[in-house]
Order: sequence, then C-alpha cells, then structure tokens
Amino acid sequence: MSGVTKPLNPRGTKYERADFPVFEFPVVGKARYNYTTGEALGRFLAGLKEGKILGTYCSKCGRVFVPPRMYCSYCFREVDGWLEVRDEGVVVTAVMSYISATRARLERPVAVGVIKLDVPGRQFDDHFFPGLMHYICGAAEEDVKSMRIFGAKVKARWKPPEQRTGSITDIECFEVVRP
Amino acid sequence: MTSRNLNFKHRVAVVGAGLTLFRSRLQETPQELAWLAARQALDEAGLTLKDIDCVVIGSAPDTFDGVHMKGEYLAEGAGGIHKPTVRVFVGGATGVFVPIAAWWHVASGLCKRVLAVAEEKMSHAAKPHPQYVFRYIWDPIVEKPLNPNLIWIFAMEMHRYMYKCNVKKEDIALVSVKNKRNACGHPSAQLCMPNITVDDVLKSEVLVWPVQLYDISPTSDGAAAVVLASEEEARRITDTPVWIKGIGWTLDTTHWTNRDLAFPEYVRRAAEMAYRMAGIDNPRKQIDVAEPYDPFDYKELHHMEGLGLARKCEAPVLTREGVTQRDGDLPINPSGGLLGVGNPIAAAGLMKVAEIFWQLRGEAGARQVKKPVYTGLAQAWGDLMQAGTVIVMGI
Repeated sequence: MSGVTKPLNPRGTKYERADFPVFEFPVVGKARYNYTTGEALGRFLAGLKEGKILGTYCSKCGRVFVPPRMYCSYCFREVDGWLEVRDEGVVVTAVMSYISATRARLERPVAVGVIKLDVPGRQFDDHFFPGLMHYICGAAEEDVKSMRIFGAKVKARWKPPEQRTGSITDIECFEVVRP
Repeated sequence: MTSRNLNFKHRVAVVGAGLTLFRSRLQETPQELAWLAARQALDEAGLTLKDIDCVVIGSAPDTFDGVHMKGEYLAEGAGGIHKPTVRVFVGGATGVFVPIAAWWHVASGLCKRVLAVAEEKMSHAAKPHPQYVFRYIWDPIVEKPLNPNLIWIFAMEMHRYMYKCNVKKEDIALVSVKNKRNACGHPSAQLCMPNITVDDVLKSEVLVWPVQLYDISPTSDGAAAVVLASEEEARRITDTPVWIKGIGWTLDTTHWTNRDLAFPEYVRRAAEMAYRMAGIDNPRKQIDVAEPYDPFDYKELHHMEGLGLARKCEAPVLTREGVTQRDGDLPINPSGGLLGVGNPIAAAGLMKVAEIFWQLRGEAGARQVKKPVYTGLAQAWGDLMQAGTVIVMGI
C-alpha cells in the first residue's frame, strides 16, 4: 500500500480564480415545442375536458393504465379498451414545495403528490396502480409534513366546464375529503 | 468467485483511473475536462492514446453543457478521433453505464484496450438554474403543465420511503453528515465539511419537504475516466489489475406514478444481473465496500436496500450503528459520494467506479477503508427513478 492518496493532484481551475474573461453566450432565441398528444393521451385529455378521468386496461394481465397507454407495455399487446375511473382516490405520497420550477422561493408553499385512483370493481396493490401526480389542496402544511396526509381520501376539484381546455390542469387539484 | 455467465470471451480489468477537480464552476471547457481526466487515466495505466483501440464516452443530457451531440463534441478531448467511438446515456445512471459499455467492448473480443470517459458541466446551464433543464425529462402532456420542479419526485420518493419504513429525517441526515465528512479525504472534493452535524442538515433551507439543501448533492462540473483491458493486456500493463466481475442494468417505466416508490426495483434487478455473473449470493457478506449512488442522502439507504446490502428498511439502522462508516463493517461511499465529492452527473457515477478501483488497490490513502477489501461495488441510478446500473469489481 502506498502512502499517496489517489487521484493525484486532480486538475481544474475554479471559475473564481480564472484570470481571463469567461465567454458567456446570451440566449438569442428559444426553441419552442409543439407536442402531439398521441392516441391514448389525446383521448385522455378530451375526457378531462368533459370532467372524466379515462384509462385503458389490459385483459391479459388485468392492469389499468392511468395515464392511459394504447398498448400494454408488459404483455406487449394492444389494450383491450377504455374505462372511466373515479375522480377520487387516496394519497400514496405527498410533499410540500417551497420552490418554483426555476428554484425561486414561493410565497406560499404548495402540496403535490401522487394519487392512486379508485376504479369501480377493482383493487390494486402498491406495485402497480392507476395514478396521477397533481396538486393537493385542503391540506395543512403540517398534515403533509407529518405524513398524516398519506392514505387520505381526495377528490378532483374541476375547473368550470367553460374554462377547461383539455389539459391536466382542467383539474385544479385533488381536494382532501373530510369524513 | 467464478463467473456463471459463459457468454463472453475475455475477462476484463480496470488498469487506470483519472479525475478532475469537481467544482460548482470550472473554467475548462467540457472537452478540456474530458482530456484532463482521460490523460490522468492513461498516465496511471502507463499507456498512450496509441495503445487505445476504442473509446466509450458518457454524458447526461446535452442541455447541461449546452452543446448538442455531446458525444461527438467530447470525442476530441476523450481521445476518440479516428477510433471506434460511442456515447452512451441513461440519465444519472450513465456514469456506471460507461464502464459497462466499455466492458462489452473488451469482453466480446472486439477491442483490447478501451478508454472510458464521462463528463458533465452543469454550470453552463446557468440561467435561471442548472436544474431548470431537468424540466424536459417530465412527460410533456400530463406532467409539465403542472410546472414541476425536479426535486418534487425525489421528495415524493423520500417521503414514501420514510412512510413505509418509518424512518426519521434525523436518520437520513446521518448519511449526508457521513459523506460530507468522508469527502475531506478526497483531493477532488467540492463539499468537504469536516464539522457538519445532523442539526446543520435539519436546519438547512427547506426546498421541497422532506428535502432540504444539505440532503442534496451540489451542481458540479467535472470529468472522470478509466482504462479497461482484456486479461492478457491487463497482466502486461499492471501487477494489480482490478477485475470487473459482474455488470447489470435495468430500466423501469417512465410512468413513475403507477408504481411504489418505497423500493428501487430497477436497482434490485440490475444488481441481480450483476450478482449472477459475479457468483454472489449473499451481497451483505461478499461485498466488502460499496459506492451506491447518493445524489440525495435517502438515496444511499434506498439503494443499499435495492442492492441487497441491507434488508428492506434496514439501511437506516446500519447507518445509525456506524456499520457504513469508513472504519465500519460495510463501508458505504468512503469517497464522500455525490453529497461530498460533488455531482457532475455522468462523471460522478464514474468517480464511484474509480473509487472502488483505488480502494481495492489500496491506493485511496487518506480515505482507505480500514478493513481489507477484495470485492467492491459501484451503482448509479437515473431518469424518472427508473434506470439502475451496477458493477461488481474484485482483485
């Protein structure tokens, strides 16, 4: 065993110590994307506009897909059809965000989480279930931080029909249902 | 330990490794960083570029460096000109995927000596913040309109893990404290914090509860490189080759809202593949030192369980008992990990492979683990909590 510590003298010049100008290229334009929604998500978004959460199912393995896919990626076959799931479910995980998408501090923190959706006549374990990420409203900061919110029943709060555009944001949030 | 996988021609060894400094912003261009690391790895192996048959490059999204076709761009500094050169990419799991891809170049008999280089320059994506470019990994239809911050998903995974395993934030913070202290023995380290305490972690800025500032690795610039060689060549190059005993990798679905986040299935499957090849059936006993991926402190615990180095929900207990310290029975992230050395994404994963290489050769000096080590493991993870890459090395 040698007495040295590898890596030996790793190189690199810390920016603050650079003694010549650094080239910074300003943003001169922004590429903007215009995504297609596809077969499955296209119909899903159309459903949201009508106040419905739609999913697809595979009869071979019994999986229900929300967000929907046109194929079962496990059995690798086309799904067998569509079903409407309830616009309510339970919180499987939730967090409290104090920062925005750009990492700026938010004035008021927001709760977001994953909601496992109810499907009439079907049960799902923790390993695979229909679920969406969304905002959670009606929960106190402490309910989220203490994890009391886990397992809580929530229901979609929809925008008024005339304001819906066929977007995941047609649901404003999933609201905690008080027993 | 004999390999149970008979579908390859050559045993493969690591014969040299190199690293740059890891810093939040380095003056060097991505090409220059790649060159600094590659040159050091070649020097350590006592080779020149003429000795290299093929080059494998790894780098995470092009959006960080702000250069498109990053593999082609980096080839210049990575020694890839006029050679069979390829870039591989599996998000944050890329760093360990680079030597995996280099392995099959050699194991297949196609190349005898391969230079594998990983680079990342997050600081180029300066405005508004490097993590903003992660925006493009979300599903554009059902997730991006919610204006997510990347930390959301990790916070959701961490909270789910805490909920299922009944883990306290204090226990998770111990990982951050250990790694940021360990980093003080690493010449490349960005965040050596010799006196950091659990209290400091718990009092740091709350970003997305339960994630706080010191729960996360920093954004970094840096590069890493290793040289791989076939058995015949390796024995010519060095008296102390470190053998690659097993490799494994897996992807899970991007539909992360449909599966349980409490356990990293993608790591378990990748580890099983690597263990089968390395002939490991009891990783807790047969792995002497490990570098699981730790961009967040809870991730080290999560990955230990996925790797079978701890039973489900047991990793926090082992951590509290000191088992994972550098002088413990199962040293975890003796390098200081991403939390301490820094997280130039692909380079950070390859830094872990370099660490196992140096630990197994007894060349880690100030951070050499106390117990004798014969078999080590490095692992990385990436994308929407879906990619797992594992490499098992031995002497």
